[in-house]
Amino acid sequence: MAAPFVRNMPDSKMGRPRSAAPTITPVKISLVEFHNVTFSLPAAANIISDLNLTVERGETLVLLGESGCGKTTTLKLVNRLLTPTGGEVRVEGKSTTAWDPIALRRRIGYVIQEGGLFPHFTIARNVGLVPALAGWDQTRIMERVRELLSLVGLDPDRFADRYPRELSGGQRQRVGVARALAADPPLLLLDEPFGALDPLTRASLQNEFADLTSRLGKTAILVTHDVREALILARRIGLMHKGQLLLLETPERFLNSDHPQARAYLDTLKIDDGGKQ
Amino acid sequence: MSFWHFLQLNWPELLLLVRQHIVLVFISILVAVSIGVPTGILLTRYRALRGPVLGIANVMQTIPSLALFGFLIPLPFIGGIGSRTALVALVLYSLLPIIRNTVTGILGVEPSVREAAVAMGMTDGQVLRQVELPLAMGVIVTGIRVATVIAVGVTTIAAAVGAGGLGVYIFRGLRQYDNNLLLAGALSAAVLALAADLFLGLLERQFSFEGKRSAAWSRVALAAGIVLVVVVGVFALRSPGRSESSQGHVAIGSKDFTESALLAEIMAEMLEARGVSVERRFELGGNLPHEALVNGTLDLYPEYTGTSYTAILHHTPIGDPRAVYDQVKQEYASRFKVEVSPSLGFENTFAILVRGADARKFNLKTISDAAPHTPQWSAGFGQDFMSRADGYPGFSKAYGLKFAAVREMDLSLTYIALSSRQVDLIAGNSTEGRIARLDLFQLADDRHYFPPYEAVYLVRQDSLARVPALREVLAKLANAISTDEMRRLNYEIDGNKRDPKEVVKEWLGSRGF
Repeated sequence: MAAPFVRNMPDSKMGRPRSAAPTITPVKISLVEFHNVTFSLPAAANIISDLNLTVERGETLVLLGESGCGKTTTLKLVNRLLTPTGGEVRVEGKSTTAWDPIALRRRIGYVIQEGGLFPHFTIARNVGLVPALAGWDQTRIMERVRELLSLVGLDPDRFADRYPRELSGGQRQRVGVARALAADPPLLLLDEPFGALDPLTRASLQNEFADLTSRLGKTAILVTHDVREALILARRIGLMHKGQLLLLETPERFLNSDHPQARAYLDTLKIDDGGKQ
Repeated sequence: MSFWHFLQLNWPELLLLVRQHIVLVFISILVAVSIGVPTGILLTRYRALRGPVLGIANVMQTIPSLALFGFLIPLPFIGGIGSRTALVALVLYSLLPIIRNTVTGILGVEPSVREAAVAMGMTDGQVLRQVELPLAMGVIVTGIRVATVIAVGVTTIAAAVGAGGLGVYIFRGLRQYDNNLLLAGALSAAVLALAADLFLGLLERQFSFEGKRSAAWSRVALAAGIVLVVVVGVFALRSPGRSESSQGHVAIGSKDFTESALLAEIMAEMLEARGVSVERRFELGGNLPHEALVNGTLDLYPEYTGTSYTAILHHTPIGDPRAVYDQVKQEYASRFKVEVSPSLGFENTFAILVRGADARKFNLKTISDAAPHTPQWSAGFGQDFMSRADGYPGFSKAYGLKFAAVREMDLSLTYIALSSRQVDLIAGNSTEGRIARLDLFQLADDRHYFPPYEAVYLVRQDSLARVPALREVLAKLANAISTDEMRRLNYEIDGNKRDPKEVVKEWLGSRGF
């Protein structure tokens, strides 16, 4: 089933085997697949043109590009905040239009800049939101909230009863990640999650996030315009430009790419003495 | 009378009016919220409806309140006189700020928060209830706050359709040039508006999630406010039901001036003395009493034959009292099923007045006697007299009068203008109490120019059949009040600022009714 899309998977490291495969299909099904996906608004140029892409279980795929390149749109097509105008997006082998949107979204964690926290909910209620929607009982939710807050480095006793406005930007971002992880979804979507943070906080959160996803074995699609962030976090980097996927490479190959767009990004690193990992 | 003294004498009535006022505002805002908030939510879901619905609500808001009451009165179910019409109008006025703020509040929720809510897998209903409404609540409460303050103001006008409230004092104060009444009505309304504003302001602060958490005292004050509103609401909704007397029930109306209310009160007292239960719908503006009588909301009200003849039946004025009375009686019976009572014994016509000193000096008895002097005189006439068919244009022509100057001014001020020699001739009301007090002299209408304005009661035929006591009272009151007596009664109220009920009781006693 995934065979026709081999050209998008040049790297042999993809598809790390996992024990808990959720389907009984003998052919391995990728978690997310884009099949000739086009997206446009009425009377406007395409925002996404003929996008083909697969995301394998356990990998962190970073979509890199300048603003307006279609990377956020690509993300929203996965959890059906948008539906493709052409082609189809499949999640766990099923087209997003065939999914019940509510069920689909509850299987996908979503983190946006500044966290998108509900200002009228306490931190505990924000983090426990999806479990509450899924009908968990209150004790189980509270246990999970404490566990998650500890996981993202926030002391549950100090933070559970506070409101988002009482937290710093970095703390709010941690809460955003905790909320996305709450119901243990197989997939995380992150839209410039660290964009609004100061450089020091950003660096430490990036490292913690890389550590966290590999520990939890989560699949993640992360959108950024920061090439350094892409190099730190990505298993693969997808370079987007004007609605098209130009490159899909491992960080190592990306660094050596001679594609002019890739070089333009890499040149920005040299100015501040190339901070590679 | 000092304002303090006035309050001491009238506080029970003032409290009653305040209560009526609060009830009208409370119920109308309750209804407006339960219509407006769902409508606003609907408009955030169906963009195409937004323009038309907000447009209609906007137009409602721009209709002058008195005109809106006028439109509503003839309508079945929602119209008529009394609190129902007032409530409909108040709800219509309150809708716009509530709908608009609901829409603004919901659409103003941070897009990233809404997007996060949807992306977390919330259904539209969950997004609305758990995210959009709580976050929009501050803005929605602001809308309710604006609507409430507007409603407190508009409710003062509801007095014109007989719905009661503080407008009763304001209108009465304007008519009688009584600053105590005006002050009591206007100050109380202002205090109500401020209190509503303060209370809803506290409520609004509870929904501010960006600022500091509200202080404990404001939550206590808010709780106290809610308790107060609930208590007032319960107290108000339990208002005593109409007690049906075995002798029948009669709704009596009056126009919005002292004499009309006084005549209505005389009728009310006499019926009550005979065991009839009376509903007083006094001081109704414009043509309201007529409309209410015809549609059955009122059983009777006092009127003047000349007014019925010209203003209701649209006939050209004529001078013969008998002909006018007969024509009115016959047409009212056939067109409205309304009976015209025998004349009460006096006319309230235009009285052409000069200073008593001038009348004696020039030996003036009639308007014709005065004609030679008018080129040296200036005249002061009310707006009504200047514009109506039987007013100044026809009058000056009929007597060939020419004045050095004609001033158009408020009718009530012309009496003072005359006695203080600002003008030399005015057209007042023949039953005005101040005529004798200010030593003014009424010139006889020797050419019978003015149509007769005989005071009568207009009574529905079915009411006469239903309440036998009515005929008895009407018969007693036939020719019972002379012009001089009416002047004296008017002066007791307007001049001596006495309570109309008291004046009426005293008069009924003196006449042995």
